[in-house]
Order: sequence, then C-alpha cells, then structure tokens
Amino acid sequence: MSELLKVPTMAEFMAQGKQPEVLFWVGCAGSFDDRAKKITKAFVKLLNNAGVEFAVLGTEESCTGDPAKRAGNEFLFQMQAVTNIEVMNAYEVKKIVTACPHCFNTINNEYPQLGGKYEVMHHTQFLKELLNEGRLKVEGGKFKGKKITFHDPCYLGRANGEYEAPRDLLRKLEVELVEMKRCKTKGLCCGAGGSQMFKEAEPGTKEINIERTEEAIETGAEIIAAGCPFCNTMMTDGVKHEEKEGDVKVMDVAEMIATAGDL
Amino acid sequence: MQYIPNIIFLLLLIAGVGYFTINIRKVIRNIKQGIPVDASDNKAERYGNVARIALGQSKMVKRPVSGILHFITYVGFIIINIEVLEIIIDGIFGTHRAFSGMGSVYGFLIACFEILAVLVFVSVVIFWLRRNIIKIKRFFKPEMKGWPKQDGNFILYFEMILMALFLIMNATDVPFQQMNNGNVISQHIAGFFSGTSESTLHIIERSAWWIHIIGILIFLNYLYFSKHLHILLAFPNVYFGRVTPKGQFKNNEAVTAEVKMMMDPNVDPFAAPPADAPAPAKFGASDVMDLTQIQLLNAYTCTECGRCTDECPANKTGKKLSPRKIMMDTRDRLQEVGKNLDANKGVFVPDNKQLLGDYISTEELWACTTCNACVEACPVSIDPLSIIMDMRQYLVMEQSAAPNELNVTMTNIENNGAPWPFNQQDRLNWAKE
Repeated sequence: MSELLKVPTMAEFMAQGKQPEVLFWVGCAGSFDDRAKKITKAFVKLLNNAGVEFAVLGTEESCTGDPAKRAGNEFLFQMQAVTNIEVMNAYEVKKIVTACPHCFNTINNEYPQLGGKYEVMHHTQFLKELLNEGRLKVEGGKFKGKKITFHDPCYLGRANGEYEAPRDLLRKLEVELVEMKRCKTKGLCCGAGGSQMFKEAEPGTKEINIERTEEAIETGAEIIAAGCPFCNTMMTDGVKHEEKEGDVKVMDVAEMIATAGDL
Repeated sequence: MQYIPNIIFLLLLIAGVGYFTINIRKVIRNIKQGIPVDASDNKAERYGNVARIALGQSKMVKRPVSGILHFITYVGFIIINIEVLEIIIDGIFGTHRAFSGMGSVYGFLIACFEILAVLVFVSVVIFWLRRNIIKIKRFFKPEMKGWPKQDGNFILYFEMILMALFLIMNATDVPFQQMNNGNVISQHIAGFFSGTSESTLHIIERSAWWIHIIGILIFLNYLYFSKHLHILLAFPNVYFGRVTPKGQFKNNEAVTAEVKMMMDPNVDPFAAPPADAPAPAKFGASDVMDLTQIQLLNAYTCTECGRCTDECPANKTGKKLSPRKIMMDTRDRLQEVGKNLDANKGVFVPDNKQLLGDYISTEELWACTTCNACVEACPVSIDPLSIIMDMRQYLVMEQSAAPNELNVTMTNIENNGAPWPFNQQDRLNWAKE
C-alpha cells in the first residue's frame, strides 16, 4: 500500500514553481509516534483519494513549541515559533491542515502575534469541507450501525469551540453515536495536555486517562473515536489497563473514514 | 427630640456606606498592584458577555438546581433593593412607607417583594441544606475548611434573617395590614400575631424595621471580608473576561523582545546595556504583583463555588491541584500585601513571602493539564489557568525548576525539533515506511 502514498514536500512544489492547495502540518507525533503515523497515513490516503494538492514540510518541519509553552518555557516556544514561521512565510503558506489539535491551536492562535498568519484547520474540519464540496465520499462500510463514542480533544473543543466537525463525519459513517456523560464543553481531558504527556503525573489516586477510558467503555461503544494523537495514546493505554483490547478499539476519525472507504 | 431617630439613622447610614467605601477603595488599590492590561478592545462582545453571562446568568444555569436557586436569590436581591430605597427615605425623613401613596403600583411592588422574599428564603434554606446536610462534595475540599466554610454559612444566615425581618416588619405593621394593599404573604404571617396588642405590634414592627436596615448595612460591610464580593465584582469581571479562544495563551512580550534581539544580526551581543536601562523584565509570576490587574480582579471575584475544581481532571483523580484554591490563595496573598501597604503608608515592605511556595506549591502547578475545564466551568469568567501558566513560566525561565522529564523534553525540542529524541532529518521517514 505504502508505495501508493503520494507525499510531496513544499520544496518540491517550489522547485516546480507551484503552490499546493494546502500545507499538511504533520506534527511530531504524526511523524515519529508509531500509532500516530498510522493516522498520518490514513489522512494522506484520504487527501490523495480526494485529489487534494497538498504538501508537507518534511525535514523542514519542527515542533510548534506547544509542549514547551505549556510547560512554561515561553522562550523555547517562541524560538520554535519564529523558526517555523520563517520557513512557512518563505514558502508563502496560506492554508494549513493538521491532524493534531495542539499544532492546530498553536499555529492558529499563537503564531499570528509572532508574524505567522495562516488559515488553519483541524483535519476533521478539512475533511468535512471536502465532504461538503463533494470531493470526499464518506460511507458507513464496516462501521454502519456500530456503537461509537467520540472523545473531545481539549484543544479542539473547549480551546477552539469545534465540537461538531468530527461528529458530523461520524454521523456520515452511519454509526450509532453515543455520548459520554462528560462531553463537548464538559468533556474530560485525557490527561496528556499541558506537557503531561511527557512526564509522570503528580501524586494522586488515579490516572486521568483511566478515569476517562472507563467513562468511554461505560457507554458500551465498540470504538472510541479520537481526533488527537495524544488522546489516542492515552485512551489506548487506558483500554489496555482495563484489559479491554479485545472489545474496544481507539481510532482516529480519519482512520475510520479511510477504513470504511477501503483505502 | 423628635428628630433623634432620623439623626441616628443618618449617622448609621453614613457610617455603613462610609466604611464600605473605604474598603472598596482598598480593593481597587490592591488590584492596581498588578500589571495594567489594555482591555479596550471588543467592546460590543464584552458588553454582550455582561448581558448574557453576568446579568443573564447563562453559565450558572448549566447546573440547573443551583442555577435556578441562585437565579431566584439574585433576582430577589436586586428587586428587593427597591424596597431598601423606601426604607432609607423613611429613615431620613421620618415618613412611614413613603411610596405607599402610589396606590396599586405600590401594592404590586410590595406583593413582588413579599413573594420574592419567601422564594429567596426557601432557596437559601436549600443552599444551607446542600452545604451542611447533603454535603455536596465540592464544598468539602481541603481548601474549604475553617473560615471559607463558615463564611458560606454566615452569608446564608444573613439572608435568612434579612428576609424574615422584612416579612415580620410587614406583618406587624398595623396601618399597612389595614391598607391591605400587596400584603399577599404578610397577611398570613399577621395571623400569628392576632392576640398581640397594637402597641406591642408597633414595638415588634419598629424593631424589625431597625434590625433589618442595620442588618443590611452590616451585610454590606461584611462583603469586603467575605467571598460574597462577587455580587458586585462579577459584572466588571465578566466584562474583562477573555474574548479570545480559550486555547490562545497570552504572548509573553518580554520574551518576544529577547527573541527578536537574538534573531537580529545587527544587534551586538556583547554590548553593555546603557546605564539608565530598566531592570530586565521578570519572566512569569512568583507573586501577586507579577500578575495582571484582571487576574487580581478574578481573585476578588471568586465566590468559591468550586465548579472549576469539580471539573478539574487533576482534582478529580486525587491530585493536589484545585483551581479554586489557586484563586483563593491569590486573593489571600493580595489581602496580605494590602495589609502590608496599610501598615507602611502605601509602600510595600518586603515580607519574605510570596504567592509561589508560601501559598501555591509547585506540585499543584505541575498537575495541570491546561484543559480549560476550570475556565469553561466558571460562571463569572475567572481564568485560573492563566495564573498557573504564569507561575510555570517563572519556575522554568527564572528558576530552571521544571520536573526533570520536562527538562529532557525541552532539550529534545531544542536539539531535534521534537519532544522525543528523534532526528529532525528522519521526520519524513513515515512516508517511506
């Protein structure tokens, strides 16, 4: 399958004197994390399938600085930000799509003050746009009628007010969408944000991802749909902790659409 | 001699309002210890927020039970204050029910007041039950021991007593009952006093009237010493609340200046700073003076309802962090700074204490996932997360005191452009796998 993936870089586009329709910001997790790489590939398949002329920065991409900023290292964050902005401005980037809500939030909300002004979309928003334009077909396939719950990423939901794009896509998959008690504005964090992903949790009585996964499992859903590589890791670990790997899967919305379309 | 009650009333009124004014000026002075913020943008949206969130209580009713009970208390408080106007006029001029000449309008108003007084009384009793008998969890977190718990109950007792006095005062007012105009509730209470002589009734009525207005003045002055200041500060606080996406954390301009200088090839890195250069900016916050005036206003506005803490994923899973405690600590430290200013003629004398460490521990700060649940939950637009972030900045940039794993993460970002130890040159390898 992988030889079918077309992943052009911004440098290649520039060499041909062309501009892609959109820059796909892959992010660190999407580039390096084994689980998240699958999401990246699924999303690329969807882009290829819809005939989207996209490009990635490839080796010119660097961490947005989100974990540094949330850990309090504003200096490192801004150094990362101005470096990335310089690269993207040099390529005259106008529109960005990313499968990571943290990258999405940082580029969308925190880069403008440092000179990086782009139209930024989360991949679920972008896929929904493709769907509306008739470029992407979403059908139920193997997910039709299945019980699915969606876990809201904090940096997509509360941080940026986007609750419906991923849900609209799931509804298009003709699934039975069940909500957790704490969803949308009241959605419970997976425990990874604010740089917690990279450290042990402070002393407590329970891990946050366990608390959240239990809630997701209680809905009786077969699949926990996610829209963030970090939530995905946290929820996958939670499912393992509950020893439910056989019954419950954690999948990104893009992976589900790609699987349903047999891509 | 006949003017003595009027004079006593006027003196009480001046003393009550005067002392309150003195304390409110202290609140304003203390808030001004913070860094000024320009909030002159988005006026329309800000007024819209005040209308919707503060006046309309849109966030309060997200929790319907406490939301509706609070709405009744809030409407009752505002409307019954019209009655206080009549009481003040009567008190100063020695009149009796100065507005009663308005006929049916007066009757209608009094009927509203009496019904609201009963509703408020019932709501407040339910609030008391929630805090003391049902023992709702968020009122029993560690930061709610001692004074904060008592404070919550005192406010409820005040309101019960004031509402009861208002109804008793109406019920024992013989001319008012004879007028039979608007006494929808008090006529039933009057039944309890049926055997009482008119002169005794008059004494009860006068006592209730005096205790009621004195109670209001005491309650007014109690606000400054209590979490109850929210009844005034919620409105400006919502106005100054954030109008940008919650995910947008503020840009640290002092750092931007440094970064720009580093990136500018024309800057001489070895140049000595000019002799009159201001002291280099402190990165982040270790004390209340490093916070913005809006963050300090947030602290005074917090009424310790605990909805933030109740939604906090860290707190839910037994971590020490409680967003409500962050706000209470900030306020308590600011009050301490205020007392320091009072004692030293308005100049702060260092007291070897600060918000970080003496009030808020690093363990609390590092437990936050920045999920914004606390910000979303607050019915009056308080932002505890911004204080946590400012204090993390101080820990990392001024003290290099990040947890070790985060230091490793940050080193990775610095060297490889990713939080993990992968080579940036391998960033596109996934496409070939």
